[in-house]
Amino acid sequence: MLDVKSIRADFPILSRTVHGKPLVYLDNAATTQKPRQVIDALVNYYSRYNANIHRGIHALAEEATAAYEAVRERTAAFLHAPSARSIVFTRNATEAINLVAHAWGRATLKAGDGILLTEMEHHSNLVPWQLLAHATGATLSFVGLTDEGYLKLEDYERLLTAKTKLVALTHMSNVLGTINPVERLIEQAHRRGALVLIDAAQSVPHLPVDVGRLGCDFLACSAHKMLGPTGVGVLYAREALLESMDPFLGGGEMIADVMLERSTWNEIPWKFEAGTPNIADVIAFGEALAYLERVGLDAIHAHERELSAYAVKRLREAEDIVLYGPPNLEDRGGVVSFNLNGLHPHDVGTVLDQEGVAIRAGHHCAKPLMRRLGVTATARASMYLYNTMEDVDRLVDAVQTARAFFHKPTRVSA
Amino acid sequence: MVVEQLDELYRDVILDHFRSPRNVGELSGADVHAEGNNPLCGDQIDFWLKLNGQGRIEQARFVGKGCAISQATGSMLTEQLKGKTMDDALRLIDAMKGLMQGQEPAADVDLGDLESLAGVRKFPVRVKCAALSWNVVEQGVGEYRKQRGW
Repeated sequence: MLDVKSIRADFPILSRTVHGKPLVYLDNAATTQKPRQVIDALVNYYSRYNANIHRGIHALAEEATAAYEAVRERTAAFLHAPSARSIVFTRNATEAINLVAHAWGRATLKAGDGILLTEMEHHSNLVPWQLLAHATGATLSFVGLTDEGYLKLEDYERLLTAKTKLVALTHMSNVLGTINPVERLIEQAHRRGALVLIDAAQSVPHLPVDVGRLGCDFLACSAHKMLGPTGVGVLYAREALLESMDPFLGGGEMIADVMLERSTWNEIPWKFEAGTPNIADVIAFGEALAYLERVGLDAIHAHERELSAYAVKRLREAEDIVLYGPPNLEDRGGVVSFNLNGLHPHDVGTVLDQEGVAIRAGHHCAKPLMRRLGVTATARASMYLYNTMEDVDRLVDAVQTARAFFHKPTRVSA
Repeated sequence: MVVEQLDELYRDVILDHFRSPRNVGELSGADVHAEGNNPLCGDQIDFWLKLNGQGRIEQARFVGKGCAISQATGSMLTEQLKGKTMDDALRLIDAMKGLMQGQEPAADVDLGDLESLAGVRKFPVRVKCAALSWNVVEQGVGEYRKQRGW
């Protein structure tokens, strides 16, 4: 059981009002709010030890470097990675995936090689592979979905062939909430000789993830979806892979020596961090990780499951609400997508906003999945550790307000 | 307060056009056909215009899918385009663009039911929902004229 009341007290934004009503923030799959510990870390860095890292010989630079590298250690521990050398900081999860597509993919893939994806991928785990396929002549194939929102495992077995060099899939769908059985899928891919990249942007913030146990080769996640600041992504990669890969971006920091015509590369992971990194936000991200560790990912996952079970139950009470995603709540995280019959989710979202309830309405950067569901958009409520049963009640009440509003009689002088 | 704000966005006229859209359906033998969509929200709309011998819009029809604002605008625009020359249609569209920026339309431009969209201005993220229809018509008229070397 989480002490949600004291957790909420750590998040200054949760005490504001929107359109005169207390904010109910249910757009956590898009980005989460930040506890004061994270906000204070930013202020503290800029007030006390702002300096460029890895190159200064003065005290501020040493303090900043130590704080930045300590977060790399902390991130490795959080993901149960064998060492901090396997952790690369990027701008976001999207950049982490693009790094792999460029630095590993372009050097490795040839015409006719296969990249296996799924129909539930976010655009960030789809478009980089389209670009890579276009550049190398590799082919893309896609694991389909059942009507309940699960991956078709028989598709996976059929499409995973000797030609498959990479499987890239999401750990948890940002639309359906489906938690994929990635451990099993990774093992199957490895038996076929393919590497696996896990898009963990939606899973790492919400449930315990152990890259050693999963056995994945690459994993990408994003700080701002887990209480951290925007502008920081994480790429985990097996050390041997990082060693074998050429750099992604060139510039300062990623080099060992530079001559006019050529350069040699810094050690991993710095080989992949060209230019001054996002020092302040990485340091503040460390406070986000500490916060999540204190509360505990198992407890957060259990709390969200309880909230989404309640949300699904309440939303199901109405006949005109269509819910998406696995009916078995054991198989999903705290994401609940729905539509109100006959209404576009943007209309629903506008009414909810007026009621102080923030949700996402749209295609959630998953247009192929929207087509598979036969819709152009959905409304989506997504939970986190600071949400409450009352938040869910406010959501359901606001949906009822939306329905009543659009069905009210109108007076039109024709 | 909340309901008042919503009423300003979704005026009764808009809700009425959304629920009972006018001039819906493909128009065979149309002189102008154009389509467009808002990739962000998935709103889509097709417009057809048929001109008479004097170059006036004799019939305007649309088919679309999307939010209340986008679909009601399509319906209201078909009504207001009827009987207009291409020049007048473009003036109407300019007046609607101006309305979204808080400008009063010129005295000789009759917005009809489209006037009810004035409140959309206060919801910046929804302006594009309304603008989809007139952008599509503007594009269709532009292509029609280009083909004829205007």
